[in-house]
Amino acid sequence: MSVTALPSHGGVALRQPGWVARLFDYKPFLIVMCLTPAIGLLTVFLTYPLGLGVWLAFTDTTIGQRGVFIGLENFQYLLKDPLWWNAVFYSVFYTGVATIGKFALGFWLALLLNNHFPLKSLLRAIVLLPWIVPTVLSALAFWWIYDPQFSIISYLLVDVLHIRTTYIDFLGTPWPARFSLIVANIWRGIPFVAISLLAGLQTISPSLYEAAMLDGATAWQRFRYITLPMMMPILAIVMTFSIIFTFTDFQLVYAITRGGPVNSTHLLATLAFQRGIAGGELGEGAAIAVSMIPFLVFATLFSYFGLARRKWQQGEAND
Amino acid sequence: MTDVAASPGNSNVASATPDTMAWDSRARRVMMIYLPLSCFVLILLFPFYWMAITSFKPNAELLNYKEHNPFWISSPTLAHIKHLLFNTAYPTWLKTTMFVAVGSTFLSLFASTLAAYAIERLRFRGSPYVGLGIYLAYLVPPSILFIPLATVIVQFGLFDSPMALILVYPTFLVPFCTWLLIGYFKSIPYELEECALVDGATRLQILRRITLPLAVPGLISAGIFSFTLSWNEFIYALAFIQSGANKTVPVAILTELVTGDVYQWGALMAGSLLGSLPVALFYSLFVDYYVSSLTGAVKE
Repeated sequence: MSVTALPSHGGVALRQPGWVARLFDYKPFLIVMCLTPAIGLLTVFLTYPLGLGVWLAFTDTTIGQRGVFIGLENFQYLLKDPLWWNAVFYSVFYTGVATIGKFALGFWLALLLNNHFPLKSLLRAIVLLPWIVPTVLSALAFWWIYDPQFSIISYLLVDVLHIRTTYIDFLGTPWPARFSLIVANIWRGIPFVAISLLAGLQTISPSLYEAAMLDGATAWQRFRYITLPMMMPILAIVMTFSIIFTFTDFQLVYAITRGGPVNSTHLLATLAFQRGIAGGELGEGAAIAVSMIPFLVFATLFSYFGLARRKWQQGEAND
Repeated sequence: MTDVAASPGNSNVASATPDTMAWDSRARRVMMIYLPLSCFVLILLFPFYWMAITSFKPNAELLNYKEHNPFWISSPTLAHIKHLLFNTAYPTWLKTTMFVAVGSTFLSLFASTLAAYAIERLRFRGSPYVGLGIYLAYLVPPSILFIPLATVIVQFGLFDSPMALILVYPTFLVPFCTWLLIGYFKSIPYELEECALVDGATRLQILRRITLPLAVPGLISAGIFSFTLSWNEFIYALAFIQSGANKTVPVAILTELVTGDVYQWGALMAGSLLGSLPVALFYSLFVDYYVSSLTGAVKE
């Protein structure tokens, strides 16, 4: 439709080529014009702040006061700070356990959804819900579920199933609080992993399974020698994204525990916020944020080499 | 898509037990597929059920499990929602959030459409590197950026203004949308544009009259993705906005409604429910676009 409408308009432009029209048809100019909005936004609000953040990490800037260069002092201070070490430990632990949980359960859910059954597309839509609802709002629901007096989980365990005799203090003591947050994170991450992996599963050709079955492969062998190797590239991308965004997670922890009890559940991001914005020590907060970068670079390299066999652009995703 | 996917699944179950009777394989199917699947759905949906049921429970029922079954409401009430709408600034927060989400969505769609077109269709030396650069921008998480960005926002005089959020959200929306749209532009036959070029159309005419109309599904996917992501964004909104009236819903519920030692769980859950509804509705309208944009890039 639009194609047939074209010649007349094109014809007009050809007969009366104003200098503006000619300028916009000049390819280099057009390329610059097209890239300016995106590159401009990203430079001003992403690249520049990234550099500024690294610079701030080497200064003693506070809110309302320009800092001076103090070298590695912030980092030296952090290395002696047990709270920072605590945050590093919990960030790694949180990322590790949550990633394993998310991928084990998410892969399982993807394999289940890859079967044929009625209402399949409805189910797929429902499964994604935890991922699209604002994290903070579902975190509030988890906060309420983890309430010390009125937790529904405790109610189930104590009053309905009689497995325990006392209500669980989910968020009042360090280790239960740490695991409670990890469970909430896994809950939120499963849908994304499952739906991305499901897309990958659907690209595997059925003839591979048929061939394997003719050769007498068992279900486990088919999973181990066909599904898993075929899924590797997608697993690698999805996992990189998941690791990056779990490691730098902020919302869940800030909404549910704010780093408590006794600072035991601080992630690096929440610690950076507490010191940098709430406490006003911008320099120190920036140093904590910068200390996340080595971990992230490691995760990205992991993805790059995981993807070596396939074009790198084939699977952007979002978590 | 579904048929292709179905065949390995079906044959898996059928051929794994070739010599058993239909009943057995059916029981097996229930145990292996339906049972775990229902557990997943139950667990994934329970927090929403709990959120919804809490927001309609009167306080007496809310805090008394001995006399009332906590899983059901005996006398539902709208008191929490009424409190939220008339005694707090909730409507203002909703408006601000909507304004920010719509503004940043349009800004990022505009920027990323042009960028994707330049990278994919105007092909110049180094265009793959520009694409890679934009892709890498996506790997920079907001948690690293919010402290220096706060100082940038203050320098620009945008602190405490929703404009700050509209300008900052594209940092994570543009990379995603650009990549999504590059994929869509790739699927449009190049010949169509060549025909138009031969007919004397200018490049901008081609973009407006040929490429964009054909990329509408991609634009819709990118749009709903951007909308939900900006609706859900938290850390920037928390760091850059201070006054109560300019807060977005997720931040406002956490900072304005959580007061004192006694939490108003009814009002908190009602606020969460109302704050989730717009994205959930939006999502249910476009669910196919949503799933395809999430998975389209993976499938290529």
